[in-house]
Amino acid sequence: MDALILTIIATSIPLLLAASGELIAEKSGVLNLGVEGMMLSGAVGAFGAVLWLGNPYFGIIAGAISGILMASVFSIFTINLMTNQVATGLGLTIFATGFSGLAGAPLVGKTIPYLPKIEIYLLSDIPLIGNIFFKQDLLAYISILLIILITIFLNSTKPGIVLRAVGDNHNNAHSIGYPIKKIRWLATCFGGMCAGLGGAYIPLILTPHWSEGMTSGRGWIAIALVVFASWIPWRIIVGALLFGGITIAQFVGQTRGWPIPSQILSMMPYIATIIALTMISGRFSKNKSIVPASLGKPFVDVT
Amino acid sequence: MKKILILISIIIVGVLAYLFNENKTVTKVSSDISTSTKVGFVYLTTPGDHGWTYAHELGKQQVENHFGKKVITTVVENVPEGPDAIRVIRELAQQGNEIIFTTSFGYMEPTLKVAKEFPNVKFEHMTGYKRTPNLATGNIRFYEGRYVQGVVAGLMTKTNKIGYIGAYPISEVIMGINAFAQGLKSVNDKASISVVWANTWYDPVKEADAAKVHIAEGADILAQHTDSPAVLQIAEKNKIFGFGQSTDMSAFAPKAQLFASVNNWGPYYIEKIEALRNGQWNTGEAPDHWTGNKWGGFSTEMLQLSEFKNMPDEVVKKAEEVMNEIKSGKLKIFAGPLIDNNGKEILPAGKVMDDGGLWGMNYYLQGVDGKIPG
Repeated sequence: MDALILTIIATSIPLLLAASGELIAEKSGVLNLGVEGMMLSGAVGAFGAVLWLGNPYFGIIAGAISGILMASVFSIFTINLMTNQVATGLGLTIFATGFSGLAGAPLVGKTIPYLPKIEIYLLSDIPLIGNIFFKQDLLAYISILLIILITIFLNSTKPGIVLRAVGDNHNNAHSIGYPIKKIRWLATCFGGMCAGLGGAYIPLILTPHWSEGMTSGRGWIAIALVVFASWIPWRIIVGALLFGGITIAQFVGQTRGWPIPSQILSMMPYIATIIALTMISGRFSKNKSIVPASLGKPFVDVT
Repeated sequence: MKKILILISIIIVGVLAYLFNENKTVTKVSSDISTSTKVGFVYLTTPGDHGWTYAHELGKQQVENHFGKKVITTVVENVPEGPDAIRVIRELAQQGNEIIFTTSFGYMEPTLKVAKEFPNVKFEHMTGYKRTPNLATGNIRFYEGRYVQGVVAGLMTKTNKIGYIGAYPISEVIMGINAFAQGLKSVNDKASISVVWANTWYDPVKEADAAKVHIAEGADILAQHTDSPAVLQIAEKNKIFGFGQSTDMSAFAPKAQLFASVNNWGPYYIEKIEALRNGQWNTGEAPDHWTGNKWGGFSTEMLQLSEFKNMPDEVVKKAEEVMNEIKSGKLKIFAGPLIDNNGKEILPAGKVMDDGGLWGMNYYLQGVDGKIPG
């Protein structure tokens, strides 16, 4: 049983990482649809770094940097040149898919060591819980830590509240003197870093090889997760585990001969996302301002 | 000013996206053009996929080595299955290629369409079933390798549980599962195959997840009909065994790969180009043009097995023996009595299933658990 739980957790972490970054970017008003592309860059960067430098921990750093670089390209276009965010995000994914394939061509057919597991003293010996919570790799710990920090940041710190103000009404935030472009740049780059880490998780932990397009659409699921979580950080954990759990449930169902068709199970997360969206926009919602009001709108500095 | 900037940046993104997605054409020209045969190839991805397209690239290299200056090859890589394929195949035909190999199932309709427009050009499509007087098909008898996998798995398993990961429940894949089951049953009647459908040809993380579930459910041998080395890497990590797909994947899993079925398209390409040069090329007389087409396995060297590793000597001996018996035709994989896993008789004793029967498989034979979805 705990083998299955560990599998669910492992398959959820790339989604969790990428979605937490996208959440921060969207909270600042930037809709970056390039997550898939940034994840691929993170994956190829991480794999290349480990192959070249030998130590798996360099992979984490390289994955983060690759993601940030891709996010910077996006920022130049959307924040400085004020291009359409949707079109640029799609362009970024297409560009990064091709670019990572090109950069990764010499890496095909090679393999790297796994990122080691870190056992936390004494706690890792607790049955079941120890295996699941205290015998994970560094990136898994980072992903949970990120959610906690993001929650504190958004709710209880001044910069977090400024970030939300920028995302909700950039004109007002600008008029009281906040540097909109700078804040959005930072938020987008943070999003890129997280997406890069999410992508890096795949060759570092799950399948230690590189091949073109190996993220296979997980970036898009991460974007859906942010909506599913209605921009509330801890709900991303629920969403990511739900997505991961359903993938694994499909396979377990097939081996054990459950009567539910696997196609129905694979539809579930998307149905859940649509229901979540309906709840947000419909009258069930007590808090109507849950979607960042300036999301996707370019900020034009008129002064 | 801002509108211009927006326009410029959209153009830049567009151009970059186009550049990185544009398919690449490589032509090798020799000096002696007058007597050379022009041969075109259409690839789904790049040879860098280390799998399906890589195997075709190796086949093309065999053609170049065999014919030398007698052929001029042109390759178009990264051709999506759909309207783009029609454009690319048509261009190759217009450029004067006399025979064009289209190397993915999804090129079936595009190849058919262009073949009708160019009745004097010969087309060879892998691995479809639609044929015309100038469109032939080629395929490999992959299931022969699956039978040997079944034999080795049956001798190596301790838990008697085999985890099989399939892409989609189509006859090509089901044929492989049933051949595996026949091999398994021939050496071990206690073992059974559990099948999981990934519903994708290529998604390393999902394939790895399926492998982990199989292991959690007790499987100690994994077999895959999906494209990435992820399944073997999971086998390696869990110290169990698996089989490579399309190419030798031992670099990814040196201690886990028992052997790989290796696709070898070279002999087929060479045979068909030779036939064209001698004026012998045809697709057969029957209404379905079946007789002129190529479906080769061990006996034609189109299917090869990589070195047997990580298994005791007596298993190696048995595997080689079985392979040679299939090669010589002594061992028929789908010989009666064939009974499906619900107990229904498919083929009575004394009969051997014909090729049409293989393509019509929509049932699991004995030795496979569960039922085919859909």
